[in-house]
Amino acid sequence: MSGEPLSKRERLTIGRQEMPTRDPKQRSATFDEVNLGFTERLAMLEAQRCLACKRATCVEGCPVMVDIPTFIRCIEDGDLAGAAHSLLIDNALPAVTGRVCPQEHQCEAACVRGRKGAPVAIGHLERFVADWARGNLHDESPPLHPSGRSVAIVGAGPGGLTAAGELARRGHDVTIYEALHLPGGVLSYGIPEFRLPNEIVENEVHRLVGLGVHIECNVVIGRTCTLDDLRDRFDAVFISVGAGLPMFLGVPGEGLKGVYTANEYLTRVNLMQAYAFPDADTPVLHGDSVVVIGGGNVAIDAVRTARRLGASRATIVYRRNRPEMPARAEEVHHAEEEGVSFEFQVSPVAIEGDGDRWVTGLRCVDTELGEPDGSGRRAPVPIERSERVIPCDTVVVAVGTRANPLLTSSSPDLALTERGYLAADEHGMTNLPGVYAGGDIVRGSATVILAMGDGKRIAGEIDSYLHQL
Amino acid sequence: MTDERTPSTTSATRAKGHEVVSNTKLTADVHRLVVVAPLVAAVRQPGQFVIVRLGPGAERIPLTIAESDSAQGTIVLVIQAVGKSTSDLVALAPGDRIQDVVGPLGRPSDLVTEGTAVCVAGGVGAAVIFPIARRLTELGAEVITVVGARTSEGVLFAAEFASFAELVVCTDDGSAGRAGVVTDALSDLLATRSVDVVYAAGPVSMMGAVAAATQRLGVRTIVSLNPIMVDGTGMCGGCRVTVDGEMRFACVDGPEFDAHGVDFDELSDRLSTYGQAERVAASHVCRGMA
Repeated sequence: MSGEPLSKRERLTIGRQEMPTRDPKQRSATFDEVNLGFTERLAMLEAQRCLACKRATCVEGCPVMVDIPTFIRCIEDGDLAGAAHSLLIDNALPAVTGRVCPQEHQCEAACVRGRKGAPVAIGHLERFVADWARGNLHDESPPLHPSGRSVAIVGAGPGGLTAAGELARRGHDVTIYEALHLPGGVLSYGIPEFRLPNEIVENEVHRLVGLGVHIECNVVIGRTCTLDDLRDRFDAVFISVGAGLPMFLGVPGEGLKGVYTANEYLTRVNLMQAYAFPDADTPVLHGDSVVVIGGGNVAIDAVRTARRLGASRATIVYRRNRPEMPARAEEVHHAEEEGVSFEFQVSPVAIEGDGDRWVTGLRCVDTELGEPDGSGRRAPVPIERSERVIPCDTVVVAVGTRANPLLTSSSPDLALTERGYLAADEHGMTNLPGVYAGGDIVRGSATVILAMGDGKRIAGEIDSYLHQL
Repeated sequence: MTDERTPSTTSATRAKGHEVVSNTKLTADVHRLVVVAPLVAAVRQPGQFVIVRLGPGAERIPLTIAESDSAQGTIVLVIQAVGKSTSDLVALAPGDRIQDVVGPLGRPSDLVTEGTAVCVAGGVGAAVIFPIARRLTELGAEVITVVGARTSEGVLFAAEFASFAELVVCTDDGSAGRAGVVTDALSDLLATRSVDVVYAAGPVSMMGAVAAATQRLGVRTIVSLNPIMVDGTGMCGGCRVTVDGEMRFACVDGPEFDAHGVDFDELSDRLSTYGQAERVAASHVCRGMA
């Protein structure tokens, strides 16, 4: 943009730019990405809305403290390379977080423009810059001066990938071990193509490999080899295995045919490409009436997947109300546009089946919201004599995950919390010297950006540790 | 860096997949594949399995590790062609590669070191029972193997079993050994011998019948379950089985469980989930080949 910088008053007259999306009718039949991305013109207009506050509250709202005003100012100035360089210093996977972060609870919640009207679309701008960078920035090369130190990373999810990049840039020899046949963790098996195309993850992985990171798939630490094997061979270890074990409701009927965990449902469709069956070999049930239990992003991903697999009725059943849903507001909005229905304040009691043990319905009770519970959200309390059955042929349980004991049970020396998560100190180190941990395996189920924040922060701690060796 | 128990980042087998060293036809639809998988071969124990994925678009299939050779870095998989994915695997020629082999998965078998163990195998369940029976013998238990199949042609590992254990062969049609099912032979053994433990692997109905026969006599019995599985690391929950009224995951808690607590009806029912899809996949292959 040429000429004088805009005055604050001029900036305030610009309204929030809408993200262009695919038509809801068309998109609910395909797995193509829903958000099409800002054009350069839209991005510049949106960037002009930023008031460049002296005290940037948006940065405080970001788990990895991205220097938001700087990269937005670069966009406004038409300096996209500058925007990309600034962004990438703070955030290793901006094309991912620009798509999956719950901005409305983080940076955008803290934006002063949100006090009167809509906040700056920081997430959309981040995505714009990241996508530009993908096509225009050169890949990095391995550092010229190797440190001579090596680090093993267990798990190629967002935390592990972020840590790998940070450590490789500092000259360390990094090897990531991944249990599945593809890297990416939840970015590959969990988050669907219509929200985060596989190509984005592949590109990030490609960049890491260019930096000299080794990625070993099909290695299960705790089975193929042990944590002790890694400690013998590497100078440090970072455990970022996630919280991969699915939770169930504990109600009758979870063994019926047609009941999935969200992990299984999404893994079949995303990782194994069951949507392309029989061209791909892995099948998935194409329910006509699918009920998904839960209110988080995973539940919304599952219910929108069900629509795309052809469900004429796809319903979210959530025991609290809409404001308490942890899912991103944009995804809930998109789900509604795509014809997903919502049953709020409903709690499952049993899954019902026919004589052949196929699912026929979900028996539930209505709830009322009582006092806030440990999570700070109002606790659902069942209402007596409100039982009813929601007819369906498929039930997807998306009520969270917990720690997978596969690695920890083979490493008896590793200290755990009462809930089976890894205990780590303020530096991210476990009780074993040189063994660090971060992401969901320390925090419990959280978000991609928090895992990435851990990966970045703890990579710095590991770097310091390696320099002391 | 030369420790063979830790993965090598430069290993050609990892970059290019896992070479099939040999493929031997054991029966009309059962093949024995020797596959290069040094990391698995180095540490696997009886009772454990791998998940293989032939290539892009292929399913992840759990397969028991029948044997291994840590010096050669190979494992033996016994595969029955029952659907598209297993048919693709048995069609591999020596030199072909399987893109992904991950393991060893599951808990190793809980093996006794003394007393008498009866090892009961039905059909390709012999591939599960073979490493268990052999290791039991090595550990000092007295082992009696009961191997069943529909016809003589389907009896697997008979020579191998006979080389280290007492062997009873059963066929439905009497074309080899005694006529009848393995549970009849087992019941005779339970009546005439002092049996401390029974290990069984095979079709779900067979394992259920074995469990019923031994429960009456209070003989400890361990079965190796084969539910539908995707990741094999506890992530998907697809392999959940009910044991003693509790939900367990066969991939990480099993695959072996106390037979007397297993809900075999549920297991059998859940295995039928994709019957329709399997028929579609099979016809899709036919169209593709036509």
